[in-house]
Amino acid sequence: MPNIILNGIELSVPDGTTILNAAKQAGVEIPHYCYHPKLSIAGSCRMCLVEVEKAPKLMTACSTTVTDGMVIFTDSEKVRKAVTGVLELMLIHHPLDCPICDQAGECGLQDYYMKFGLHKSRYDLGDKIHKTKHQDIGGQIMLDSERCILCSRCVRFLSEVTKTGELEISQRANHSEIGIFPGRPLDNNYTGNLADVCPVGALTSKDFRFKCRVWFLSATKSICTGCANGCNIDAHFREQTMYRVKPRVNDAVNQAWMCDFGRLEYKKANEARLAEPTLRQGGSDRMPGWESVIAEVAFKLKETVDHDGVDSVAVIASPQSSNEELFLVRRLADEMLRTPNLAFTSRVAGEGFSDDLLIKADKNPNTRGAKLLGITDGGFDALLQKIADKKIKTLLVFGNVLGDLDDNEVATLLSAVPFVAVVGSNEGALSRAAHAVLPSATVFERVGTFTNFAGRVQRFAAGFAPRGNARPELDIVIGIANRLGAGWNFTDAASVFGGIAASEAPFTGMTHETLGESGQNATEAGNA
Amino acid sequence: MELVLTTHFGNDQYRTIGTYQELGGYVALKKALGMTSDAIIDEVKKASLRGRGGAGFPAGIKWGFLPKNDRPRVLVINADEGEPGTFKDRLIMSRGPHLLIEGIAIAAFALNAHMSYIYIRGEFVKEANILNEAIDEAYAKGFLGKNILGSGFDLDLTVHRGAGAYVCGEETSLINSLEGKRGWPRLKPPFPAVVGAFGLPTIVNNVETLADVPWIITNGGEKFASLGSEKNGGTRLIGVSGWVEKPGVYELPCGTNLKDIIYKHCGGIKNGKALKAVIPGGSSTPVLRPEEIDVAYDIESMAKIGSASGSGGVIVIPEGTCMVRILGVLMNFYAHESCGQCTPCREGTGWFKTIVSRIENGKGKPGDIDLLLDLCDNMMGRTVCPLSEAAGMPVKSFLTKFRDEFEQHIRDQKCPYGNKFQSAHA
Ligand SMILES: Cc1cc2nc3c(=O)[nH]c(=O)nc-3n(C[C@H](O)[C@H](O)[C@H](O)COP(=O)(O)O)c2cc1C
Ligand code: SF4
Ligand code: SF4
Ligand code: SF4
Ligand code: FES
Repeated sequence: MPNIILNGIELSVPDGTTILNAAKQAGVEIPHYCYHPKLSIAGSCRMCLVEVEKAPKLMTACSTTVTDGMVIFTDSEKVRKAVTGVLELMLIHHPLDCPICDQAGECGLQDYYMKFGLHKSRYDLGDKIHKTKHQDIGGQIMLDSERCILCSRCVRFLSEVTKTGELEISQRANHSEIGIFPGRPLDNNYTGNLADVCPVGALTSKDFRFKCRVWFLSATKSICTGCANGCNIDAHFREQTMYRVKPRVNDAVNQAWMCDFGRLEYKKANEARLAEPTLRQGGSDRMPGWESVIAEVAFKLKETVDHDGVDSVAVIASPQSSNEELFLVRRLADEMLRTPNLAFTSRVAGEGFSDDLLIKADKNPNTRGAKLLGITDGGFDALLQKIADKKIKTLLVFGNVLGDLDDNEVATLLSAVPFVAVVGSNEGALSRAAHAVLPSATVFERVGTFTNFAGRVQRFAAGFAPRGNARPELDIVIGIANRLGAGWNFTDAASVFGGIAASEAPFTGMTHETLGESGQNATEAGNA
Repeated sequence: MELVLTTHFGNDQYRTIGTYQELGGYVALKKALGMTSDAIIDEVKKASLRGRGGAGFPAGIKWGFLPKNDRPRVLVINADEGEPGTFKDRLIMSRGPHLLIEGIAIAAFALNAHMSYIYIRGEFVKEANILNEAIDEAYAKGFLGKNILGSGFDLDLTVHRGAGAYVCGEETSLINSLEGKRGWPRLKPPFPAVVGAFGLPTIVNNVETLADVPWIITNGGEKFASLGSEKNGGTRLIGVSGWVEKPGVYELPCGTNLKDIIYKHCGGIKNGKALKAVIPGGSSTPVLRPEEIDVAYDIESMAKIGSASGSGGVIVIPEGTCMVRILGVLMNFYAHESCGQCTPCREGTGWFKTIVSRIENGKGKPGDIDLLLDLCDNMMGRTVCPLSEAAGMPVKSFLTKFRDEFEQHIRDQKCPYGNKFQSAHA
């Protein structure tokens, strides 16, 4: 553990720590552009220069490891002059089109420009070198090479993370320009990350372009629902509209990345939402309010159990539901309905693409959680058979899809059931076939936990209230159960999670607090 | 005067292995193969052989930096010779290729390297062909390849042609280029001796440095050291260009007086003109005024007067030459050759060129000289490789030593010599 003195602060840091990271530990920010914590060190932007006592030259903080007794200054006159000088050079050809740049507000150039007070340009406007603007380079990305500061982060991302190498710097000196090879656009499933690694507005998201100035956005910590990997994300929204998601660092799960499919998952929260609890009879819709719809569903369930027996009701759970929701869905089926007909499937329509970076074939965020909570996927096909054989009189379905069945198959199958209640967030074949539609909140509108493919239990927070008259699924399940006499007095997801921790071995000792921002591994995850 | 390299360079047949051997070639290799590695390195240390590529690092000490492990090592020969004003390695390769090959074989044996590469400047097509012919001859005679002269030592030698970048003469950029990557200098540490070509411990030496080695083995390190000046053993190939009566490459003892090089050996300034300035060691070295050139041409003496003998390229500038224009030509070169990796060098070299050319073209602004000097401060010592420094040194020295000429250009808004500067590159 070398001991160092940084700006007069005495510090002890682990062997091999760079000056930049040592400073971070001391709460001192050293400006940097080419450094990215998840990429190799380039040491080329020269923004992170610091003064080291006895060293003849200024050193790059990103690439210099501390040694015992090192005395470092990050804010001396010499350093300020050097960094201002680098920044000036970085900006001489910059187009200064901040008013129309999507990066404005979260741009490393703007931030440092203000910090180092560079206000008067010594470079003649007429001498600026112009480069290609607005190039669609494939994937989710637009390139404006005039804004590029040639930090090579994007090049390193594509050579080190995706190993696809589509971007390179061509030419030399101040004609250096980032670009793709002719006719070979970005071709990988992680292109969206390029907009995140780019410290300026050179690589921007085609999806987000010109949609909203970033300072109008709020953020909440969430989890991607696109597959079983459970990438940690920040969800950016304004009022009740989602604008984008960005990966949130979690070394145990997704480092700093996410895939392109996951990045567009948020759109489901904005489009074709179910807004109003609805009862449907003989082709006409009624919207009598939550109490009546829940009462009707509970009544149908009870009536069917009483008249036709427990084998005539069925519950299909969803691996898109949270641990808390699944736990109560299981208890509803086991304790209130006492039916053996509880099943789910992780199957979805389509190929189930996967790779060895992040993307998992299972396109659900909580298959593992469902299994750890004792809901099996083994009985799913048998249950569908029972439905087709008209053995089920009342069916309660969670989620927006029914496994890998297509719309026609869903419609045909469910026409065999006299009463179908659907708890879901989006319109589709399921909601169209339902006799009771119970609109539920999306991941951005509710609180809960998912267990990813590896058994990591991770929390997501609500950004905003459910759209329309939707409700968190948890409230809907509790409502139905209490109508059936459960007498549950859970106040929120955290208290339900307390129930899980108390009775379900894999979750022993966990609370929403202990999960923190990066989650915890379920204890028996390995054997589930 | 005793010569190390050029004794037989006048003989057209010296480049063939038969003549080379008749004149004593490959005897040093035989001798070296009977020595221990340490003994060879010791001899080179005693020779005070300083790297001839520009930095002047003692070769024997560099060879000692290889880690003591059994990972394969690589010997790389820097034949990029891109520094403007420098043209001496080319002479060795075309006139005495076997001197170089023999030096490589001895060094590789001492370093226990079985792979070696000559990285040659792309434009040197003729030299690359000569080298390849000579290498074929050496393989055929058993001086290269498997079990060299029955010693059990194997060595392969390959010529790799560059693609035309000055920066690829910088050793880590050269290594990247050799590996087929973009010619960007690497961040150090790690140094090539630890992680070099293909991730292996690597020694990079200049052509002339290695061509000196056979002589050192034959005649002993002490003898070599005694040819030169203190800490600067042997002779040097000095390429003199510009306004002298007899430009060319001269082999002279290290520490020969610079004034004598120009006036005695090269016959003085052409047509009896007066001397205006000397760039003493390749385009990157700080320019000297006439009153400064009475100096020993070796590493320490040149450093003492704030310049360098660098890569041994002396550029002689006569009266009547516009210094602004010369600086413009130099800046055009650096602005074209910066690899573009580091912000200060990528943008600074171009800015240098912009300002110097506008001064030459009568459009200079009052603050331009100070702006250039400030830019030097912001660029020099702030980058991954020394190219930024190499561009800054001429700027700083030209402005300091010929400031009045720059001021005059700006004041009169024209070149007093009636020149216009045209950029050679967009
Ligand atoms: C920009 C730049 C260009 C260089 N070009 C050459 C070159 O053309 N030939 C050369 O031998 N060394 C060149 N060098 C020096 C090499 O990096 C290295 O120091 C040298 O090859 C080591 O060999 P030596 O110790 O035998 O001199 C250059 C250095 C820099 C910074
Ligand atoms: S495009 Fe962005 S990430 Fe890529 S080199 Fe330029 S500034 Fe860096
Ligand atoms: S890998 Fe899976 S969890 Fe991660 S972003 Fe993609 S879809 Fe979402
Ligand atoms: S100093 Fe110039 S040439 Fe050297 S690495 Fe940096 S940009 Fe490239
Ligand atoms: S952040 Fe250190 S050089 Fe770029």
